[in-house]
Amino acid sequence: MSDVVLAGELPFPQRPDYLAAGSTLRSWLTTTDHKRIAILYAVTITVFFFMGGAAITAVRLELFVPNGWFLTSDTYNRLFSFHGIIMVWFFLVPSIPNTFGNFLMPLMIGAPDVAFPRLNLFSWYLTLVGGAFAVYTLIAGGVDTGWTFYTPFSTMFSNTHVLTAAAAVFVVGFASIATGVNFIATTHMLRAPGMTWFRLPLFVWSIYATSIVMVLSTPVLAISLMLVIAERWLGLPIFDPTRGGDPILFQHLFWFYSHPAVYIMVLPAMGVVSEIIPCFARRRLFGYDFMVYAIIAIAGIGFFVWGHHMFVSGQSPYASLIFSFLSFVIAVPSAIKVFNWTASLYRGQISFNSPMLYALGFVGLFTTGGLSGLFLASIPVDVHVTDTYFVVAHFHYIMVGGSVSAFFGALHFWWPKITGKMYPESWAQFAAITMYFGFNMTFLPQFFAGYLGMPRRYHTYPAEFQLYNVMSSAGAAVLAAAYLLPLMYLTWSLLHGKRAPSNPWSATGLEWTTSSPPPPNNFDMQPLVDRGPYQYHAERESAGTDAPEVQNARSLR
Amino acid sequence: MTDATALLREPWEHFERQQRAGKFGIWVFLASETLFFGALMLTYAVCRVEHPEAFAAAGRATNIWFGTINTAILLTSSLTMAVASQAAAQSERSRTLVLTCLGLTAALGLAFIVVKGFEYKEDIDKQLIPGAGFALSQAAAQLFYGLYWLVTGVHAIHLTIGIVLVVRLIVLGATRRIRLRENPEIEVTALYWHLVDIVWIFLYPLIYLPGRAS
Repeated sequence: MSDVVLAGELPFPQRPDYLAAGSTLRSWLTTTDHKRIAILYAVTITVFFFMGGAAITAVRLELFVPNGWFLTSDTYNRLFSFHGIIMVWFFLVPSIPNTFGNFLMPLMIGAPDVAFPRLNLFSWYLTLVGGAFAVYTLIAGGVDTGWTFYTPFSTMFSNTHVLTAAAAVFVVGFASIATGVNFIATTHMLRAPGMTWFRLPLFVWSIYATSIVMVLSTPVLAISLMLVIAERWLGLPIFDPTRGGDPILFQHLFWFYSHPAVYIMVLPAMGVVSEIIPCFARRRLFGYDFMVYAIIAIAGIGFFVWGHHMFVSGQSPYASLIFSFLSFVIAVPSAIKVFNWTASLYRGQISFNSPMLYALGFVGLFTTGGLSGLFLASIPVDVHVTDTYFVVAHFHYIMVGGSVSAFFGALHFWWPKITGKMYPESWAQFAAITMYFGFNMTFLPQFFAGYLGMPRRYHTYPAEFQLYNVMSSAGAAVLAAAYLLPLMYLTWSLLHGKRAPSNPWSATGLEWTTSSPPPPNNFDMQPLVDRGPYQYHAERESAGTDAPEVQNARSLR
Repeated sequence: MTDATALLREPWEHFERQQRAGKFGIWVFLASETLFFGALMLTYAVCRVEHPEAFAAAGRATNIWFGTINTAILLTSSLTMAVASQAAAQSERSRTLVLTCLGLTAALGLAFIVVKGFEYKEDIDKQLIPGAGFALSQAAAQLFYGLYWLVTGVHAIHLTIGIVLVVRLIVLGATRRIRLRENPEIEVTALYWHLVDIVWIFLYPLIYLPGRAS
């Protein structure tokens, strides 16, 4: 990295940053700097993202024609299973928390590092071990159970590599728990003087809440996978109905993790959007306190809605009623967040920079995904659309439309901070818009196909669904191109990009007060915090005269 | 080494804060572990409610002597671990006391594993492994024994990790590579150890007492 600094360019640092602190492979593999570990994660999950993407490209190609043309049903099953396992556990769950959470959370609270730096590195190695199991599974021939490992299929009937796939998820679960413990302890113990709980940026709040969900739900997934492994490997009868076991029990245990896991993916995304929108609207975030309560409510209620995945499993109708009710309830805090983002835009001076485009895309896609979630919370509608493409469209809107949009938003928002380089803005805007259209083109038709009865997981379908599938596959091609674009121009920016000033967006968070990229210890001096986040002063005065007073009131807390 | 600076680590500026963070971190981890064992116990509860008689019959087939002796051993180790942790926390106590108590804890933990090994051998001899040739006639008794092998196995793995952590403290402390006095690692290890013995306090009645009360 060239460090030639001309006289007069004071905004740029003249001391080693964390990237220049060592360049050998060993210095990276033994680092305990949270920023470098974040980079390690970023590289790892990017590889996984494109692996999972390659698998689903083949699936979408296969679905171009009604009766299939180049995959056997067996290969098809293994491809979509691999796609699900990789994308859920090796991309979506670690995506924002382990990269941006790791990089930014200590910076945002004014800390020199996370509470347990060596544990942080250890959890990256666990991710690698889990990833090795997953890749081995693929090389050995794959797994065909879907990402849910439903029993008794996974334990008794599947002739594929269930053991190593389950082991992969089991191991990466521990990485998740270790990261969660680390983030919780960091938020509690390492906040800078003056950084009170209600001055925390919402991104930190969302990472904190996500960590609680990780710590309390992941062990239950670990147990349910351990039981699957034990039953398949040692022949124990836990889920085998012919020997007194209970296959529904697996679904309860599995969804006790896997529904909260949706919030592990979405809460950090919400945090990212809450940082980007005030910055590019030059407005104080509307209803900060309620945003915090909504995060806590989502994390809490998220533990009590798993049964809506089991409306057709034969569970008691009373249980279904309660789970249905709770699933409607969890929409309330999510709606509060959407309303508050919208209100923050009102009378803002909005600039449509690429991070903002991704954030606005998130709001649109998350709202669509969330509203379709209400269909699924309602028992009669859910019975109609269970295991159809309606469900596929719904969770892709939340997990891909929501999470991945926000991931790219975060990538563009903090790229200058992380790398010290600026990227070509017009390319980034083009990619953001293409991604939005590609996404909708891929998944909107699936709502219709699913509602009309096209089942998920099938590799052939009646000809009447071909139009929807062709649209979907064409959209997927657009989407794939939109995902490859950032890979290219961001790599270009690493080599040729302009140097980034410490605060290119005139944002207010603590992370923008240190240099870009930050020095190894984050701050030269211990930051002191005397006000809440999002103190953007470019608000139009006509909006009301009481704005400064409100801000004073917050800074007294 | 007059003050605690020798024990201070990155990224902490004050030893007290580091100590509190260590304790806080292990409590969060223990909360996670509680759900880990909690899910196993939930599975046990569901199966037992569905098959009460088979579970009573299977419970009577366990060897209560091994279980009871092991309970006594593990609770005693809990005491020695607590003494070690308290002695280390107080600067006027001798390091011999700390090392002795840590040694006793590791030895008792090992004794538990040895007794468990004898019990496993007896179980294997009596064909109490689910699958073909299982000793008990009721089908659902296999469920009990499936869970028995899993929970005791997972517990034994946790205990083995605990023994390794305690032995590590003994080796580093005895060779004076770490200071034992006021070292927060001892309390953190002790908290983990107590989780392992508390889990056993739940496992003992679940495994050995069904069917024996009436």
